[in-house]
Amino acid sequence: MKLVSFHLMPYRPLDLAEAARHRSAWVLLPNRLYDPVKGAEEYARHIDALVYAEHLGFDAIGVNEHHQTAYGLMPAPNLIASALIQRTSNVQIAILGRALPLVSNPIYIAEELAMLDNLSKGRIIAGFVRGIGSEYHSSGVNPYFSHERFHEAHDLITRAWTEPGPFAFDGDHFHLQYVNCWPRPYQQPHPPVWIPSQGSSETVAWASHPSRRYPFLVTFSSADLVARYHTSYREQARQYGYEAAAGQLGWACPIYVADTDSRARTEAAHAIETLFNDFLRQTFEMLMPPGYTSMNSMKNFIRMRSSLGGARPTADSLIESGTALIGSPKTVLGGIEKMRDRTGFGILVALLQFGVLSDALTRRNMDMFAAEVMPKLRD
Amino acid sequence: MAAQLRGLNVHDVTIQLHRAGRGPTVLFLHGAGGVPLWLPFFETLAEHHELLVPEHPGFGRSDDPAWIRSIPDLAMFYLDLIEEADLRDIHLIGNSLGGWLAAEILIRDRSRFRDVVLLAPAGIRAKGIPPGDNFIWGPEEAIRNLYHDQTFADRILAAQPDEMQMDVFLRNRFSAAKFGWQPRWLNPDLEKWLHRIKLPALVVWGREDKLLPADYAALWGERLPDARIVMLEACGHLPHVEHANAVARHISGFWQGVRS
Repeated sequence: MKLVSFHLMPYRPLDLAEAARHRSAWVLLPNRLYDPVKGAEEYARHIDALVYAEHLGFDAIGVNEHHQTAYGLMPAPNLIASALIQRTSNVQIAILGRALPLVSNPIYIAEELAMLDNLSKGRIIAGFVRGIGSEYHSSGVNPYFSHERFHEAHDLITRAWTEPGPFAFDGDHFHLQYVNCWPRPYQQPHPPVWIPSQGSSETVAWASHPSRRYPFLVTFSSADLVARYHTSYREQARQYGYEAAAGQLGWACPIYVADTDSRARTEAAHAIETLFNDFLRQTFEMLMPPGYTSMNSMKNFIRMRSSLGGARPTADSLIESGTALIGSPKTVLGGIEKMRDRTGFGILVALLQFGVLSDALTRRNMDMFAAEVMPKLRD
Repeated sequence: MAAQLRGLNVHDVTIQLHRAGRGPTVLFLHGAGGVPLWLPFFETLAEHHELLVPEHPGFGRSDDPAWIRSIPDLAMFYLDLIEEADLRDIHLIGNSLGGWLAAEILIRDRSRFRDVVLLAPAGIRAKGIPPGDNFIWGPEEAIRNLYHDQTFADRILAAQPDEMQMDVFLRNRFSAAKFGWQPRWLNPDLEKWLHRIKLPALVVWGREDKLLPADYAALWGERLPDARIVMLEACGHLPHVEHANAVARHISGFWQGVRS
């Protein structure tokens, strides 16, 4: 199994009580709540944790992009990736991902990722995402055209990486007389493309298409939902006439390991709850701007939400649903292997720091995962 | 007086058209909320006029063709519709998004129009005065912020929409985003062409408009060649709903003034 140590780089010094008085931890959370002195320290510690993951033997370390939020301090994940390249030597660096529809000219994404691929001599994994709903508020980009822009930007970037330039690109959203990507990517034909997603049938059908076969990473979902999306990817691949490889199915999951289940729960409970209830807190209008999903997906979401009654997840409910793996090495391993039995997935994106989890506990979590869980996942 | 509702086909796009009354033609262009109700204001207008209230492509139960992607597209669609239906000497009225649409139509071709009434129109924006954000407001907040008199909001909030009404609501919201999300509720190229609207214009605004600030009215007054401004006190974003009688009286007086 391919193991990725992934980081969101939350702003942990956030005054949670003050933040709770605002509509959301996104878009409208006043930036006076960010203290640059504390924030600079956060960047240093979070980068240390990712660098340490190479030492522990992870295959890849991962970063991602979010805007105008305390949830993650990486509006420009490529900058972090660039720093990581200089402090690591062999580990792959996964940018999970860049939000393609949010930029006015996707050629810059092609260029920057090609640069990183050269700087790292071929260690880059390129994640492509649409950005979450809130980012259509913070960027101003029209969510109604999100899917169109994503597909068009994807086509432009992959063509820029693979076709001899210069060539002209005629899209509906992007129009370029000269596409001529200098530098070209180090990996040929281009860096691996992964698709992190909360799972929609449209995305599954697109990612699994035989011309792409992009690994599909299901993020922050209950174990049942993860299994359902993996299964639908497999079924879609069969409809296309091939069998999906383990390496096409990924699961991104918060993980915390300690000696015993009860100790793990005690140490991680508050932090995991802050991830879901404080840092991820968004209103429906932010999460689901009109047009960001199809009308049907939006109606399903509304139905699901009203049936849940808007209950705040607790550490117990997150563990219970398999949204987070928190427990002894045996418990955590059991959760992973159970999913492997169900879906045959082959990429585990482990979020080993989450919410306000401290540096010390993060380090212990990483050490114990590497010592007790990782060896048993090596095929 | 009940309005008739029928389908009207233009360029293989079928839209729903509400029609009531007899007399000179009044074309009412609705805002981002569509036409959920036949308003008392419409009844008043239809007493002495033939009132046409189309549901724009993408709204209500009208078709939503992929090629209509912007308010300028919608304006061209309506110019085709007006030509095919051979409407002439039209009194044009537009509210909010519909006011923006009215202006986009008139800068292109005003030949079939007699005059225009703009009720808190979108489309231009006074720099430094952002509109309210009805895409980030919650459902109740979004309704409350449309009205100054909260009893209007209370009545709407007390209603239990059925599934079809919810579908239409979502559809309207998707289309509102398509046309108005970015740049927010404006076309940066519109303002510089407003001088082409060489028609008598009446601009009506609610002083307490929380969506499009009443400060925008002055800018319309400056840019339109022949505009008078009516500012209604104790009124929100929907003057023709909240102050239906007063607005109808202002419009009637404006039309009489135009005729004489």
